[in-house]
Amino acid sequence: MSETAVSQAQSRSFILNIVIWIFVAFWLILAAFPFIWTLWGSFKVELDFFSLQDWTNALFGPQTQAVHGSPFTGEGYHGAWVQEEFWRAVLNTSIVCFCVVCISLTFGTLGGYALSRSGFRYTFWLLMIALIFRAMPPITLVSGYLQPFFAWNVWGILPTSIIVLVAINQPFTLWMLHSFFTKIPMDLDESAKVDGCTQFQAFRYVIIPVMWPGVITTGLFSFLLAYNDFAVTAMLLAKENQTMVPKIAGFLGTTQTEGNVMFAVAAVVSATAPLFVLVLFFQRQIVSGLTAGAVKG
Amino acid sequence: MKHKTFFWFFLPTGLAMLLFIFLPIVSVISQSLHVPVDAVLVTVEECGPFGCKPSTTIDQEATQLLRDANPLGQWAGLEIYFDRSHLAVAEVGELWRNSESWGAFFNRLGNLPFYRAMAFTLTYTFVATPLLIIFGLMIALAVNTLSSWIKGLVIFFSLLPFIVTPLVGSLILFWMIDARGVVGSFIQWVFNDPTLSLKASTPLTWITLIVYGIWHSAPFAFVIFYAGLQTLPQDTLESAVIDGASRWQRIRYVVIPHLTPLVTFVALIQLMDNFRVFEPIVGFNAEAHATSLSWIIYNDLSGEQRLLTSAASTSVLTILCVAILLSPVLVRTWRDFNGKT
Repeated sequence: MSETAVSQAQSRSFILNIVIWIFVAFWLILAAFPFIWTLWGSFKVELDFFSLQDWTNALFGPQTQAVHGSPFTGEGYHGAWVQEEFWRAVLNTSIVCFCVVCISLTFGTLGGYALSRSGFRYTFWLLMIALIFRAMPPITLVSGYLQPFFAWNVWGILPTSIIVLVAINQPFTLWMLHSFFTKIPMDLDESAKVDGCTQFQAFRYVIIPVMWPGVITTGLFSFLLAYNDFAVTAMLLAKENQTMVPKIAGFLGTTQTEGNVMFAVAAVVSATAPLFVLVLFFQRQIVSGLTAGAVKG
Repeated sequence: MKHKTFFWFFLPTGLAMLLFIFLPIVSVISQSLHVPVDAVLVTVEECGPFGCKPSTTIDQEATQLLRDANPLGQWAGLEIYFDRSHLAVAEVGELWRNSESWGAFFNRLGNLPFYRAMAFTLTYTFVATPLLIIFGLMIALAVNTLSSWIKGLVIFFSLLPFIVTPLVGSLILFWMIDARGVVGSFIQWVFNDPTLSLKASTPLTWITLIVYGIWHSAPFAFVIFYAGLQTLPQDTLESAVIDGASRWQRIRYVVIPHLTPLVTFVALIQLMDNFRVFEPIVGFNAEAHATSLSWIIYNDLSGEQRLLTSAASTSVLTILCVAILLSPVLVRTWRDFNGKT
């Protein structure tokens, strides 16, 4: 009897099923619709995307048809990328993200490996300090950067922002890689050391070949931090060196003239596209990275 | 690992954190205790064809000398912390004596910039966090019952609001809720009020920002809880069914206790992250109705005159608040670590 009772109780009533489906559909629309809508609207003129008369104008684009002879126009993209030189910001963002990910992974793997292999008391304190640094909003540090950077004349250039972002990234990278390296059995590098390797050789020949899954996951989150940062890059980069996010914020200041809002819309879609691709290819790593912290914490 | 080897391995990351996190904190604290040296003013009598009048000019040389003598600025102690744009001790004391009721006191407290920001930051943190946990849990429970091919799809789309740049995400929503945007028109149609605008009133702006916060962070809670549900003990669940527990009772007495550690984890992370709320205020152009501590710092620093001292004081106050929020995490980690060894 118990078998049937279990299966009966576990099979859901029809109504509950409907409720669940409606709820999931509701969430899917909530999560995805804003992106689809903005992507669609970015190919319209401002009078269609922000339409006072009729919201369906944004769907079919009668004004866009009237101005450009087709319901779709690349005007916004042309304005943003060519006229406002958004490509420069894209280039800067690529440089910043690439350098930040490479440098912080190099620093982080060395540090995280050391923390996982040293049994002394101070490793705990170092991790605690890293946790405190992780909790601090980065913008609280900015007023501490400005004076020395102006004094040394390094304010406004990309390398300064890169090194600052690397440092801000370190606490998180250390925690993540530390928990990852602790899972690699210690016997592996101990036996290499017995065979006469130094610690660094053991790291180089034994650990590096097996560490890539964890490093890729950590790298994804380092990338996101550098890519999404607004507070630090907005304050530390000169106007001509701006990355994408401060540049988009800059578009907003000049919304008065017609067409400029559409530049910002096009720029926003351009900035979202790489993230979309990232989730598409690295969904599994992102999920495992998020949950690794939870299992640990 | 020997101390020496450890040192060399740890040096790059340690140095980066020392130079660009620890020293800036020291510098921020020191800045918050000093004010820039005042320019030395000289008053001279200037005589022209229409009589003599006193005129004031800056004595450049003397000012430079004074500035070189005090590179940090003039010692101010806690003066900046107590001034009107920070803790406003004098003004608060005044209000306290003159207000007849609590309501009037808080109402007028909200006009002081620091307390105004504090009110929004705390409301945002403590309203958005529990709501996003509940919402994330509901999504996780619902998705867990679906067939597997659709799970991947839901997770893919759920990650988007969480992964997207906060400023970009808030802009996307901001354009939609604009009175001329699709959601804005829809809301006007529902309430049959063509002048309704979410941007015009303070409570509506706060609600919008909190909804954004939930939209942005619920996926994080969802992913964590969903992972937790995969390790649900099946035996316990089955025996609960045999004992005649209803669906709700099973969720209440088996699933929720299993997820409690994860709820604590999500809550702590989200409390810390929501406390630094900043980008949505810029994205939603909401500073007329809602400001946060981070926004005040940004505003001080990005003006024509970079108000370093004022920003530094707000930074120190923010760090102190974060430290208070963080203390349970620290205690917990401390206990875990001592339990292990």
